[in-house]
Amino acid sequence: MRLEPRQSTPLWLAVVAPVMAGLLAIALTAVPLAWAGVPIGRALGLIGTGAAGSLFAVSETLTRATPLILTGLAAAVAFRAKLWNIGAEGQLYLGALAAVAVGSGALDLPPALLLPITLGAGALAGALWMLGPAILKVRFGVDEVVTTLLLNFVVLLFVSMMLEGPMQDPMSMGWPQSAPIVDEASLPRLIEKTRLHAGLIVALAAAVLMWLLLQRTVWGLEMKAVGANPDAARFAGIPVRGVMIGVALLSGALAGLAGVGEVAGLKGFLTLDLSPGFGYSGIVVAMLAGLNPLGVIPAALFIAGVFVGADSMSRAIGVSSYIADLIVALSLLTMLLAGLVTRYRIHLGRA
Amino acid sequence: MAFEADGAAGAAFADAPAALRLTGITKHFGPLKANEDISLEVKRGEIIALLGENGAGKTTLMNILFGHYVADSGRVEVADGNGALRTLAPGSPAAALKAGVGMVHQHFALADNLSVLDNIMLGTERLLAPWQGKGEALDRLAELTEGTGLDVDLSARVADLSVGQRQRVEIIKALYRDARILIMDEPTAVLTPQEADGLFLTLRALAMDGLAVIFISHKLDEVMAISNRVAVLRHGHKVAEAETARTTKAELAEAMVGRPVAPARRGAAALGAVVLSLEDVSAPGVAGGPPLHDVSLEVRSGEVVGIAGISGNGQASLAALVSGLNRPDEGALDILGLSPAGGSPAALTRKGAGRIPEDRHREGVVGEFPIWANAILETRWTGDVQRGGFLRTARLRAETERLIATYDIRCPGPDGQTKLMSGGNMQKLILGRVLDREPRFILASQPTRGLDIGAVTYVHGALLAARSGGAGILLFSEDLEELLALSDRVAVIYRGRLTRAWPTDTLNMRLLGLMMAGETVEVEAGHAA
Repeated sequence: MRLEPRQSTPLWLAVVAPVMAGLLAIALTAVPLAWAGVPIGRALGLIGTGAAGSLFAVSETLTRATPLILTGLAAAVAFRAKLWNIGAEGQLYLGALAAVAVGSGALDLPPALLLPITLGAGALAGALWMLGPAILKVRFGVDEVVTTLLLNFVVLLFVSMMLEGPMQDPMSMGWPQSAPIVDEASLPRLIEKTRLHAGLIVALAAAVLMWLLLQRTVWGLEMKAVGANPDAARFAGIPVRGVMIGVALLSGALAGLAGVGEVAGLKGFLTLDLSPGFGYSGIVVAMLAGLNPLGVIPAALFIAGVFVGADSMSRAIGVSSYIADLIVALSLLTMLLAGLVTRYRIHLGRA
Repeated sequence: MAFEADGAAGAAFADAPAALRLTGITKHFGPLKANEDISLEVKRGEIIALLGENGAGKTTLMNILFGHYVADSGRVEVADGNGALRTLAPGSPAAALKAGVGMVHQHFALADNLSVLDNIMLGTERLLAPWQGKGEALDRLAELTEGTGLDVDLSARVADLSVGQRQRVEIIKALYRDARILIMDEPTAVLTPQEADGLFLTLRALAMDGLAVIFISHKLDEVMAISNRVAVLRHGHKVAEAETARTTKAELAEAMVGRPVAPARRGAAALGAVVLSLEDVSAPGVAGGPPLHDVSLEVRSGEVVGIAGISGNGQASLAALVSGLNRPDEGALDILGLSPAGGSPAALTRKGAGRIPEDRHREGVVGEFPIWANAILETRWTGDVQRGGFLRTARLRAETERLIATYDIRCPGPDGQTKLMSGGNMQKLILGRVLDREPRFILASQPTRGLDIGAVTYVHGALLAARSGGAGILLFSEDLEELLALSDRVAVIYRGRLTRAWPTDTLNMRLLGLMMAGETVEVEAGHAA
């Protein structure tokens, strides 16, 4: 087998290859399923129906995808500028904390004002949390992978302190949880009797905006130039440090918004188990999407569907829902394969 | 140069046994005919030069020989240990290595953190042996390199070696693997003239011992100096093959480019206002070079001022100042009125300065970007490019189409990937981006480094046309012929200090060479203005 680099990738291939990669990952999951002695067809079928077999299933998948789109965007935007923000999880919690701080009765305003303020507060909190690592990076060359990752634990402990202290709901009977978000600050339900909320609209709008930013504006061009070749960017007069800081703030804001969506759209109050690792899964989403903001949407839907479907399958036939982690991990590997196919022409045989 | 190929020596190879025979090699990439029915024979002990412009098909041919590509048709035969030609299995670098084909690429394949010896032995050790057999290896290496000038400290870390030394390691590596045919891909592109002379001595000594050498190049001087025979490729065809002694540089150049080549002529141009001035400027060192001390220099509109010097004597620091990447520590720097510390890259661009960076891959373009994005990288905030921050994409594509046509940039179009362009076309893109704004001051750092004759002529013509149009040009070059041909005045930089700029007609190669080595030279007072 030999590889020849492609001059360009046809659009159909750029779309079909990741889809095939996803299907291949699911197909590969059949191996451990068979090993465990589970009826493969039934298990995979149950994952499928659990993820998309009914209106309720679809709504659950979309609900699950909402924070993943936003954290996926946070990673995609940062990674495009080669800023490795691994701290979306912490920024998400801080965004949620800020949303609770302004949205649980501290301000008495109509929804038209209070909802934007709540969203803004969450985004701002996430953004400011990225300021430290960004400045350390551009001023002193401190590795942002380390700083952003470690700050996640700082945030979790800080949120824990707030929830057991000043921000604890007096009605919670000692549980570490915040006061509930008031109706005026909540993201409205999109479909009755489901958990789907307007956070999805925020996430989709953010994806489109990020795509426009990266593909259609000078700022996006500068961000990509800084990521792809900082020397050439500097030579061309792009303020590399400024762009880096801007990207960091944007990335943190997107992750912060994910946190707002979860408290103000889904849970209604903040607890320490708000996120089952959405911040980290966002990195996987971004990688599956090839760092393309529009690609983040299907990637997030795929991962959300796998998790929701696996939960449902697990309840039905007792296979551990960890199978979802396996599918996601496999999909990362098969995406590498898809990347090979899109970048190279493959000739089989000795030709 | 040390060696002149003579007719007698060339003819002597007619009877020598063949080391390699390529027959009817054809390779197409889609519509591109990279190689078209190329046949070539190389004798034992012969140095054959493969000459051609970028994109002529030299590299493709060598990749087929080395098994990286499979030819659409044609045959590769390599002599075995007994001298019998055997067909080489296509598409297998392992088979090529085993048959004795060694290749030294432009970009070396060495592990920086290992010693020279470890690099040489890497991949040849017996897998399960408890010891590496270093003693044996040392004995063999001593035998292999005796009398070849291939002396490298075998215990040194590769990271600590100069480029010339690394190249020697690559050659030794190939010999250690019993190479009988050595392919050198543009070996002098990375060497100083002195290192290149050393390489030629080595290659000649190795050829004497029976090694067949294929020397890929687009530089006529060195091809004339080193090869016994030369084959010229153009657009994938072999257009000429001759004994080196029986051909001339002019013939080869014409075969390579496909038309007669005329060197650039500098006409008269009116001197105008000062566009660049440095007064007693001191500045920090850049890229391992020395800091600048008390540098004074003036460039006026309508003249080219050349800076000569051995690489690493402060050129990088001076270029960084003038391109806006650095500020002087002391002294006054005035670029188009931006003073006393020059200006940022963005300010310089706005003021009408154009800058051609030394390293086009590293500083000139973003390789991953489409061509149109690199064309507007410096002017991205002008009204022609954007409205309210949004790129005017349709207009940009049209403008880039025009740039591509005006500056004869060969590429798939505005959306083509920049990193897939050849060096010459990438340089034309940068040149077009700079000249299209009709700058009043141009910084040109090594503008023709690594380019083939056609592109060099083009760049020279374009720069001289800009000079006639009233631009003042500061030219950095390691090619003295280029400096003397283009510059009105030349200054020499040595250990961070700059001589005054002497009028070019008072200078010659010998004087420049002495000044570059730090000698104080009396330039004839009558001429020195």
